[in-house]
Amino acid sequence: MTVLSVREKLAILSDAAKYDASCASSGSAKRDSLRSGGIGSTEGSGICHSYAPDGRCISLLKILLTNFCIYDCSYCINRSSSNVRRARFSVEEVVKLTMDFYRRNYIEGLFLSSGVIRSPDDTMGEMVEVARRLRIEEKFGGYIHLKTIPEASAELIEKAGLYADRLSINVELPTDEGVKKLAPEKKPETIRLSMAKLRCKIEEKGEPTLQSRKRERFAPGGQSTQMIVGADRTSDDGILRASARLYGSYHLRRVYYSAFSPIPDSSSALPLQKPPLMREHRLYQADWLMRFYGFSQPEILAGSNDGMLDLAIDPKLAWALRNRGRFPVDVNRAEREALLRVPGLGTKVIDRIIETRRHRRLRLEDVGRLCHSVAKVRPFIIAEGWSPGALTDKAGLRQVITRSCEQLSLF
Amino acid sequence: MARAQLNLAIHVVRLESQTDFAGWRDAARRLATNDIPPEDVAWQVEPDGDDGASDLPAAQADARLVVPRDFIERAETVICHCDPERFSLLYRLLWRLRSEPKLLSIATDPDIRRLEAIEKAVHRDIHKMRAFVRFRKIGEGADERYVAWFEPDHFIVERNADFFVRRFTGMRWTILTPLASADWDGERLAIGPGAARRDAPAQDDAEALWRTYFENIFNPARLKVKAMQKEMPKKYWRNLPEASLIPDLIAGADGAASAMIDRMPTSPAPHHAKVKAKHWPTPEPADVVAPEAEDIPELREEAKGCRRCPLWRDATQTVFGEGPDNAFVIFVGEQPGDQEDLAGKPFIGPAGKVFDSILDDAEIDRRKVYVTNAVKHFKFEPRGKRRIHSKPNAGEIQACRWWLDKELDLIKPNLVVALGATAAQSLLGKAVPITKMRGDVVEREDGLRVFLTIHPSFILRIRDQEDKEAEKERFLRDMRKVRELMGS
Repeated sequence: MTVLSVREKLAILSDAAKYDASCASSGSAKRDSLRSGGIGSTEGSGICHSYAPDGRCISLLKILLTNFCIYDCSYCINRSSSNVRRARFSVEEVVKLTMDFYRRNYIEGLFLSSGVIRSPDDTMGEMVEVARRLRIEEKFGGYIHLKTIPEASAELIEKAGLYADRLSINVELPTDEGVKKLAPEKKPETIRLSMAKLRCKIEEKGEPTLQSRKRERFAPGGQSTQMIVGADRTSDDGILRASARLYGSYHLRRVYYSAFSPIPDSSSALPLQKPPLMREHRLYQADWLMRFYGFSQPEILAGSNDGMLDLAIDPKLAWALRNRGRFPVDVNRAEREALLRVPGLGTKVIDRIIETRRHRRLRLEDVGRLCHSVAKVRPFIIAEGWSPGALTDKAGLRQVITRSCEQLSLF
Repeated sequence: MARAQLNLAIHVVRLESQTDFAGWRDAARRLATNDIPPEDVAWQVEPDGDDGASDLPAAQADARLVVPRDFIERAETVICHCDPERFSLLYRLLWRLRSEPKLLSIATDPDIRRLEAIEKAVHRDIHKMRAFVRFRKIGEGADERYVAWFEPDHFIVERNADFFVRRFTGMRWTILTPLASADWDGERLAIGPGAARRDAPAQDDAEALWRTYFENIFNPARLKVKAMQKEMPKKYWRNLPEASLIPDLIAGADGAASAMIDRMPTSPAPHHAKVKAKHWPTPEPADVVAPEAEDIPELREEAKGCRRCPLWRDATQTVFGEGPDNAFVIFVGEQPGDQEDLAGKPFIGPAGKVFDSILDDAEIDRRKVYVTNAVKHFKFEPRGKRRIHSKPNAGEIQACRWWLDKELDLIKPNLVVALGATAAQSLLGKAVPITKMRGDVVEREDGLRVFLTIHPSFILRIRDQEDKEAEKERFLRDMRKVRELMGS
């Protein structure tokens, strides 16, 4: 085999990593290099250092340690039966690339994943070694996200949590049946158990110790996971149900949805089509409704026919149109919980409304000044001098709203 | 126009620099305490002019000028904006705050809208500078330095410099911009005058690698140019080494994506068969009927894959019974909870702790008894980050009885304790009123004695402290009775 240059390896191993949607570098502990004299910081919200033409943020150096893999998951470019070119980074090469990129302010840190070679512990061990060298030898204070191999030993996971900001294990598909069919060697039971163990570890280390009263470091950015959307036939309702279960059971910071994307040399077991990007977007919006808007999972799609999110309008508007009896809501009096249900009002706008209305009553124009699209909000609220009257229950309301939103975007 | 305004204004404030906040603050204090309204003041930046406050009246020492602390912080941000009107906007807000102390909370006020828009623009500029500064390395070893050229929209270099110090402490670096520069020598930060693009290095070898990464992390099947440009507007592109790749990547995307779709699936890679044989050997054909479990460990193993009811779907794992398989007594609870589901062990959560401590008081050694549940998967409804326990239904209890019967069969206990209604229903095959029959011993048709009592989680749910203690006491009496019965 010819020896590959670092640049060739980087091409292969970043191409191999791009199907992982997560790029977050936020939510970790605050950290800087003033005391260590090293390089790197994390300060609350992460920074997107670039954007690819796919609209996705480039925050981390997202690469695989190797794309050799003993698993044969049909949706994955790196499956063992794939004819893709293979490469393998050494630990030194990854450390050097990370530091070289970070020093030039290209990235917030490293997201390291890997195909599984030899054994889970061998692979996990090398990933942990990369993180250890960065933290200890390079005094690196930037963000580190390690993809965790579910079967790796508890000891290695412990070390991974010590050096990494975030750990993640991908559930891959929303149902166990899907995993069995498309990733026959993966064990959903083991994946669940690993997530349970991570949650326990994160909680255990989150408690201050008795002696030093300090918290031990263990993945301060928590854990996350990813589900592929559109590779199997699970409905959106089923996907959201899986998410709600994962958030509740394992306290994940994020569930990422990755529209199944055709891959070079793809398997015949899968739909060969463009990735369902709008569906992915709607799932993220629905996920937000569960996490920040007080919606329980079952109510998001209750009353819909096919358990699928409406692709033409956002899930909150779709819900409101199905639940008009709960509107209009009075912006000058309603509780925060009721305002959160109003289409077109985001959490920040609602905070502003609540702050302002303590001092003066809001008119429709005032609400219009605070939010993006008053056309979407108008049928669902009462304001000083404004009542939607029969508009809320109008038969063609959906068209009225979508049409005026389109006109606004033309402007 | 500006000239006309200056002539009309009664007072002209000359600030030393674009971000002369101290100067603005001093002037504003003098003006406000002398009751000089905003329309009588004009603001100017004149770096080498006279002392800004020279023609202003002195601040009235006895006049109190109180503004929200929040306003000062926000004003420091606003002053970094390039809008020449910002100084007068800030003074107008200060003026209005004297009679409208809640003004900052009124998001609908036009002056507040403007304040917020300016703040937002400055924050965005600061954020984009943190994102899009690209250092280029010059020199080696002791002479190694990193230099960047950046073009911000607003006067943010000084305000943003600390971020780069915190992040790149161990590096010597300089950020050059048309209006100002920041330099860190490893120990001290210096803010200097503006510079020109040609003062910055023209290239860096690492950029070839960075461009390789940018090209390959892009997925041509997901082209979304607008989304990219919204966050990375073209005005930044000329200083980003990766940006020159963008037009070609966009132009080639459709072709690359359809090529992936059109390409026929190939046959498996040559090494695939070897990998499969080594790591995933085809299992020996299993016996058609698995042999029946002969002891508790075997039974536990068998229960791991239980699919007798749908509860396994949402749970983490089967939580099987625990304890010696020659125990005299079996305690049967309802179902595992959140903690039990994570750890795979029965009675270790809050209710388990109550249970343990009362067993202890009753002098029953938990290690010598067998503890299990009527239903072995956790049934719950997710609510955000919590899982709300839901009661198992008759079908689920019935399905799981298969396992409980086998546990009873293998252990052959002297006594079974039903903790709560679900356990009683499972053990007796019908619903019984627990509160009425608590403390009773019911003998089943097969001769097994079943002691009925409440589930320890019932104690946890009692709010009133006195009632709680009384209930604990009752449960302790039940457990003492159990201890007596164990021996008989």
